[in-house]
Amino acid sequence: MLDINVQSLKRVDLISISGRVDSSTAPQLEQTLEDRMGEGRHSLVLEMSDVNYLSSAGLRTLVSALRACKKKGGDVRIANPSERVSEVMALAGLDSLFTMYDDVTMAVGSY
Amino acid sequence: MATRWLMATPSSSPFNASVTFMDKKDSLTVPGRYNEIRHICDFVAEGAAQAGFDEDAIFQVQLACDEACTNIIEHTYEAENAGKIQISWEIGRRTFTIIIEDSGKRFDPGEIPPAPVPPTAVRVGQEEDYDVKVGGLGVYFMRKLMDKVTFHYNEGSGNVLTMEKRLPEK
Repeated sequence: MLDINVQSLKRVDLISISGRVDSSTAPQLEQTLEDRMGEGRHSLVLEMSDVNYLSSAGLRTLVSALRACKKKGGDVRIANPSERVSEVMALAGLDSLFTMYDDVTMAVGSY
Repeated sequence: MATRWLMATPSSSPFNASVTFMDKKDSLTVPGRYNEIRHICDFVAEGAAQAGFDEDAIFQVQLACDEACTNIIEHTYEAENAGKIQISWEIGRRTFTIIIEDSGKRFDPGEIPPAPVPPTAVRVGQEEDYDVKVGGLGVYFMRKLMDKVTFHYNEGSGNVLTMEKRLPEK
């Protein structure tokens, strides 16, 4: 239901997420993000082109990670948000909170 | 799952003998667990598709029900596996109606702000922090995605949430 793939690059962790992020699967994403931050990795790119469903539980997870990363001088940037991701973020008024990029290379290179 | 087809004849139609509409309905009862949310979404999506909604509107119906049931587990049952959730949908003449019932503690939507405070980045000392009221998003989404949302509490049986969405124009 939710697949998460983590690639540690030189300065950035690229986290590719696919599937459904709801109240059932958000804890899995939260754990992955906390693990990366626990490793001292606070510059994150989330590739979200294959996220076909996002609820407020998923949004809470993203905002918590953003807050934690910002406090450590990092950021959570979104690459390739799917239509559903963009729609839900806009609905919540959170789209301006995250920096979004049309492709992964630009998002990774932005750090 | 059983779908009941009820035939009725609108009295206002000048073609009473030949014009009919079908009132379709179905219901589902699941344990109050997060891993049932997908099941609930699939169930209401089937009804929304039968009602003639497009893919975007079906997603909106799914998300509204997801948020409602997540709220029930979090706020009225306050835990997983603490009670059941019953979901029913009905296609009427003008609206698609979803009723969600639980037997948890009374849910008071008045405690939930009507809309979240717009998130703003604020500087606290040298740190950037965010003032985000993410907790109220569930009810906010339900109200934004559906045309009518009402909460009712029955002493002895529990919360009844009714959500309506106007059927698409034909």
